[in-house]
Amino acid sequence: MIQVEHINKTFKVARRNPGMSEALKTLFHKRYDSVRALDNVSFTIEDGEMVGYIGPNGAGKSSTIKILSGILTPDDGRCLINGRTPWKNRIEHVRDIGVVFGQRSQLWWDVPVIDSFELLRDIYGITEHKFRENLNELVILLNLQEIIKTPARQLSLGQRMRCEIAASLLHSPGILFLDEPTIGLDAVSKIAVRNFILDLNKKHKTTVILTTHDMQDIEALTKRVILIGRGKILMDGNLEDMKKQFGGYKKLILKYSGKGLNLCEGMHMLSNDYSRDEKEQVVNGHAIIELDLDTIQVSEAIARLSSQADLTDISVSGDSIDEVVVKLYKQYEI
Amino acid sequence: MNKYLSFFRLRFVNGLQYRAAALAGIATQFTWGALEILMFKAFYTVDPDAFPMAFPALVSYVWMQQAFLTLYMTWYLENEIFDSIRNGNIAYELCRPIGLYNMWFTRSMANRLSRAVLRCMPILIVAAFFPEPYGLSLPRDSKAFVWFLITMVLAFIVVVAFCMLVYIVTFYTISPMGVRMVAVAGVEFFSGAIIPLPFLPNNIQRIFELLPFASMQNVPLRTYTGDLSGRGLYIAILLQVIWSVILIITGKRLMAKALQKVVIQGG
Repeated sequence: MIQVEHINKTFKVARRNPGMSEALKTLFHKRYDSVRALDNVSFTIEDGEMVGYIGPNGAGKSSTIKILSGILTPDDGRCLINGRTPWKNRIEHVRDIGVVFGQRSQLWWDVPVIDSFELLRDIYGITEHKFRENLNELVILLNLQEIIKTPARQLSLGQRMRCEIAASLLHSPGILFLDEPTIGLDAVSKIAVRNFILDLNKKHKTTVILTTHDMQDIEALTKRVILIGRGKILMDGNLEDMKKQFGGYKKLILKYSGKGLNLCEGMHMLSNDYSRDEKEQVVNGHAIIELDLDTIQVSEAIARLSSQADLTDISVSGDSIDEVVVKLYKQYEI
Repeated sequence: MNKYLSFFRLRFVNGLQYRAAALAGIATQFTWGALEILMFKAFYTVDPDAFPMAFPALVSYVWMQQAFLTLYMTWYLENEIFDSIRNGNIAYELCRPIGLYNMWFTRSMANRLSRAVLRCMPILIVAAFFPEPYGLSLPRDSKAFVWFLITMVLAFIVVVAFCMLVYIVTFYTISPMGVRMVAVAGVEFFSGAIIPLPFLPNNIQRIFELLPFASMQNVPLRTYTGDLSGRGLYIAILLQVIWSVILIITGKRLMAKALQKVVIQGG
């Protein structure tokens, strides 16, 4: 269980204007601005939950993860993870957690990955039996058989990221923090990583906290989403509710032939290409129509349109999660 | 303890990989040692009685210094540690159930030792076969040799503990350049790396010998050549122990403080 209450963190940032004279000035007088990275952040996460932690760049996501993993001390506020304060009992705390920082590497650059794994075994004091068991499981699930004998520097990004994830899970942590784990991965690796995380949560009841800019990660993995912007928690809720709140639109894409389309309230034509056949007085067209679900149902709209023309092809698509998030950021002005 | 051993082992093996660097190092150290000995030879020829150390003892001092250079030179700092502070990779090290001070201490020791192991043997063996009085001579007796080993270990600890302070100061300054330059240049002189401490005027020498820098290579090298023995040796060992303790405690305190306010750089 993770309890965070009223956490604040301010960073001092040295700023100056460009240019030589400005640089010389700062030799004598440095100007610092303070940046409020986290502003009264509170939330609770139960055991076994998977939570997506989202927000635009510089919102405070990574700072939160760093505080939760005990490597950053907040200015004030309380944080209890399994009854311990991360930055006060750092060493005991980190035994229970696994962390993946998507932009950094924990593998030793020049030696085969397995050597790094064995070092981690000794650092965490994992018994040989448990180590073999975890390693075998991770090797199979993440498909690492060949990879672990290769030096880390010769791995591709996707291969390395899978090894990073494995390295963070060797000591069977109850909580896993993933800070942008799919950054820079191709579609295949992304899906492999996502499936693995889902399995892990199902099988071992691992609590997972995930920060990402890839909304498909969020959609595939988490039910609950916490939105942070400018250091404040703006929303904490269910992904489905969020989608409903901000995604009350659907798109109809259709091919038709007939006399032409006559739209009613709640329908909005986004594009319409057609060619007119003068002899038979028929129009052949391709249209994209946006539906406002508050005024009109999808079935109602289709019924209406099909009474006006022959619909030769039709598809319905929802608001993509990316669009939902853009709307969300817009609403909170972050 | 197991985790430190394992960490030591990986670091050690890692260090042994750099064979070309070791060869280059050996060549440099031969040249440097020879130049130094020739320079002193010129002084000794003018007036052999003006110096506090006999010439063969000085020669052994220089060869031993060159052989174990990587154990005792404070400029032998690890860029990886500085980088991890600068770019924030220290984040992962802080996620391990292990004290950062001990981890870095182990790592520095392993690094220095692995380099020394590769380099010391060729230098020691070849230097031992140089003709009199340019060759490395054996210590006076086995007792002197045992004392030499003891002071060598203590000096090693003092050096690593001192370097830890340089690393820790980087938490505050971010850029390691300034600290490195000052610390390294100063220590070179005060520790007897440039000229052995007995060559300094008596009053200055007396003060210098109390400083932590004198507890570094000065003690084992002079013990080996027989320049330091009896009461002087015991005092030197006592000082080595005291300085090890003081440096380690200061380092641990500073580190704990630094970690309270550490900012992990970059995203």
